Amino acid sequence: MSDVVVARSLDEAREALIGQPDATVLAGGTDLMVEINRGLRRPRHVVGVAQVPELRRWHIADNRVVVGTGVTYTEMMTTSLADAAPALAQAARTVGSPPIRNAGTLGGNLGTASPAGDTLPVLAALNAEIVVTGPDGERRMGLDDFVVGVKQTSLRPGELIVAAELDRPTGRQEFLKIGPRNAMVISMAGLALVADHDARTVRCALGAVAAGIPRAHDAEAWVAERIDWDNGAAVTDAVADEFGQRVAAASSPIDDHRSTAAYRRHAVAVLATRALKRAFAPGGNGDA
Amino acid sequence: MTTEPVVTSAPATTTGPANTAAGSSAGAAGADTIVDAGTRGVGADVGRPDGVPKVQGRFAFSSDLWADDFLWGHTLRSPHASARILGIDIGPALATAGVHAVLLADDVPGRLTYGLEHADQPVLADGQVRYVGEPVAVVAADHPDVARRAAEAIVVNYEPTDPLTNPEAAPTAAPIHPNGNVFREINIRHGDLDATGEVVVEGTYEVGMQDQAFMGPESGLALPDDDGGVELFISTQWLHVDREQIAACLGIDEEQVRLTLAGVGGAFGAREDLSLQIHLCLLALHTGKPVKMVYSRDESFFGHVHRHPAKMWYRHHADGDGRLVKVEARIVLDGGAYASTSSAVIANASCFAAGPYKVPAAHIVGLAARTNNPPCGAMRGFGAVQTCFGHESQMDKLAAALNMDPVELRLINALDSGDRLVTGQVITGTFPVAEVIRQCAGAPAPDIPRSDDRRDLPGGSGRTTDAADTVRGTGFAVGFKNLMFSEGYDDYSSAACRVADGVATVTCACAEVGQGFVTLAQQIARTELGVDEVILAPAQTATIGSAGSSSASRQTWMSGGAVQAACRAVRDQILADVAADWGVSPDGLVLRDGLVVSLDGQQEALLAQITAGPGYEADVEYHHAPTEALDENGQGNAHVSFACAAHRVVADVDPDLGLVRIRDITTAQDVGRILNPTQAVGQIEGGTAQGVGLALMEEIVLDNGLVRNASFTDYVIPTTLDMPDVTIAAWVEEPEPDAPYGAKGIGEPPTISSSAAVAAAVRAATGLNLPRIPIRPADIALG
Repeated sequence: MSDVVVARSLDEAREALIGQPDATVLAGGTDLMVEINRGLRRPRHVVGVAQVPELRRWHIADNRVVVGTGVTYTEMMTTSLADAAPALAQAARTVGSPPIRNAGTLGGNLGTASPAGDTLPVLAALNAEIVVTGPDGERRMGLDDFVVGVKQTSLRPGELIVAAELDRPTGRQEFLKIGPRNAMVISMAGLALVADHDARTVRCALGAVAAGIPRAHDAEAWVAERIDWDNGAAVTDAVADEFGQRVAAASSPIDDHRSTAAYRRHAVAVLATRALKRAFAPGGNGDA
Repeated sequence: MTTEPVVTSAPATTTGPANTAAGSSAGAAGADTIVDAGTRGVGADVGRPDGVPKVQGRFAFSSDLWADDFLWGHTLRSPHASARILGIDIGPALATAGVHAVLLADDVPGRLTYGLEHADQPVLADGQVRYVGEPVAVVAADHPDVARRAAEAIVVNYEPTDPLTNPEAAPTAAPIHPNGNVFREINIRHGDLDATGEVVVEGTYEVGMQDQAFMGPESGLALPDDDGGVELFISTQWLHVDREQIAACLGIDEEQVRLTLAGVGGAFGAREDLSLQIHLCLLALHTGKPVKMVYSRDESFFGHVHRHPAKMWYRHHADGDGRLVKVEARIVLDGGAYASTSSAVIANASCFAAGPYKVPAAHIVGLAARTNNPPCGAMRGFGAVQTCFGHESQMDKLAAALNMDPVELRLINALDSGDRLVTGQVITGTFPVAEVIRQCAGAPAPDIPRSDDRRDLPGGSGRTTDAADTVRGTGFAVGFKNLMFSEGYDDYSSAACRVADGVATVTCACAEVGQGFVTLAQQIARTELGVDEVILAPAQTATIGSAGSSSASRQTWMSGGAVQAACRAVRDQILADVAADWGVSPDGLVLRDGLVVSLDGQQEALLAQITAGPGYEADVEYHHAPTEALDENGQGNAHVSFACAAHRVVADVDPDLGLVRIRDITTAQDVGRILNPTQAVGQIEGGTAQGVGLALMEEIVLDNGLVRNASFTDYVIPTTLDMPDVTIAAWVEEPEPDAPYGAKGIGEPPTISSSAAVAAAVRAATGLNLPRIPIRPADIALG
């Protein structure tokens, strides 16, 4: 049987983890409990953080959004976060069903670190800084340094993921995801794209098409040169298509039971093309 | 009035019921479908007695069973598709604290194998495993986790061998079972096989392995009695056939095995075969304690049979006007490792391979083969689903070759009463195929604007697709199958009725698996006995004979017929006694509103008084008309009755990403008569959704015999964003002369034609061939 500590403050959570560095952190339980119920994991020590108020908060500043790791997908969709980080809300909407979105958290998505984690491409595209705390004090890192492999993070024993700090660029944000049905799916391919009109950059990151969450740096740089930043003209089909191909080149998908590498690479190109056109379409965003 | 006749009127006859209203016209959904208007009898929209408890979470499913001091069972399963078992060490498992029993094949006291048609499946693997998930050992312990861990501690020394996974190679491959690799081969030769048509179309089609995906995983509770017998509470589709197989394997008399139906969380064919029944009883008898087992969701995928994957080749010949001249087909079904119902499924697939059309000549070869893939057996539609995808794809291809409207092509070839099937059987009952086609195809075309809400578009909540990225297509399909068991099988049903103190009690072992028999049995008793209060006794083997299986769209007809006959036998006894007492003819008396009433209005008496005390009782068996086996040319009067349905589907497709959003489904169905409108809608919506799932997403993905997606994470079924409302254009009500109240079974037809119609719609939208279902995104985007 497991022993479970239910932390009621960040200090309590930190203390419990420092005292028991191999403990498993339980937030919404939408990943962990599935694994436990399937007999895949049998944690001896559990620290529950769902009742840690510091993790449940978010803060929106002019150019930065700080999201506590206890924030649920539903909160990402339905609160002021949805305006401050639209792609995060769009990604959250694609996670599971309403009960799952009520329970699941940003921290869980980060901790599980699946390539199919739906918020992760958004975090990558928003230049997220992941804040962790633990025996070595506070550490901050980009998503690249946090997710280091399939379901592998650079978290050290006893560390807790506290928050993600996101850019708040001036420009549209898009998250698109493909699954085998129209809702409640594990991603076959996902893509986040944000336009930053101040920095005159486009940032694009991919889900479920590589071991990690790749940014399409080459495509980003290429397309930034071809955007009409001053006048806001729509991107041409040729630019959007070429961008799609360049983004697809950043993917390294595999064949598995969910899809094929060939389809995923193709799909990423289509998603990138569409996301770019939406982000730089004149007029409304067509959000749904 | 205290006579207590116990009447056994078996077999009951099946002539048309006196109180059935005259047949209504097609498309007449509405008030005139009510037989007993204003009552809660047959035809009325009576709510399910288990409906509210199910919605509120108060209904006890088989997984909710509990007993004092009970143990939990767990099953150790093979990780290999094919392996010899060189040795098993149960020592570490037995040494685990809390473990009460670890049982292997040697511990099976009776017959070592079981099966619905051929007892070829080991209760526990005996030296050999033939599919991934095959049970090897069972454990009982005082906690489910302890049982699971103890099972994991069993050391099995496997010697894996190359699995046979290609059914087409099976007949000539080395036998993987003493019974060989061919479950059944069927050759239907009908008419002039040398005939050829002016227009010939050919195609090869494939259907993936679908799972029934019921919501309530396999579960049950077995309690040993003091005399070496066992009581089993179980979710199943057929109590008595379970009992027969369990008793044989336990080596005890059938009377010593008493089954009671526990709350069933869906079935769809997956509970026809045994799963944990024998294991539970073995453990209970071995330990002397009650034992409960509940499969996990993942384990459930290994705990029951699936729909047969199919590979089909077709060649259709037609004359220049589109009239079918000949259909040639070869159908290969992968039956997996054990027989289950494969021999009946391939018979259905073959018999209905040409569709509900007049086909003067046919050569149809069907093969069901044994492989090391998971066993396949019964699932809603039972062989007709696979071939419907084949024949309807061919009809569309033929229409294109003829430059003809696909609906018109179907209409001019539609079967009708009096026509012959490719098996030579003449259809004697109602079979309004053309009317079903006309009603469905003729329904007003839906006006569905392309939505700006991305959730209404392909990709749904994934926001992949804008309206401009989509193309729209409309597809049409019609399919049919048999009702009841075929080929000489006498799948009778039994029912008892007792009326005492004015209250009717109906006893029937019919398994309520969601189809609504618990509602219908009460409706029938109300209609036949003129009472309102009807008690439905628990479905048990100890109190009543077999009801047959809750499958093959047969229980409304068969157990409904048995209940009707039992109620009428009781009614006749009551009326005879009252008539004698009053000195009138029983023909002048009726039961109505809790009264015995003379039609001349002169006399009436309370039924409660007439039936005071022990009351009246009758016990009947109800048999359908006999059928016969197919001969060596696949000819014979093998089937009892037929029902058809048609679907029209409008789909928006994103061809670049291969994503589909169905926007409208319209259907019409040959129902005989509607006995409960809401329940009929439920069957049609649910059955249609299951067909949509097969068309677009539902598939057990296999890799050399390994199951890659045994979970609801990766085996996906339609959500509300995948399944539109179903528009029922018409109940086509042409009462079936032999059926009680004229009603045909309605559970399966919606699943048969819906898959084919979805595929047709996606083809129409994309222009792609799409010879395989489920249609995967890559099939469209990279097709």
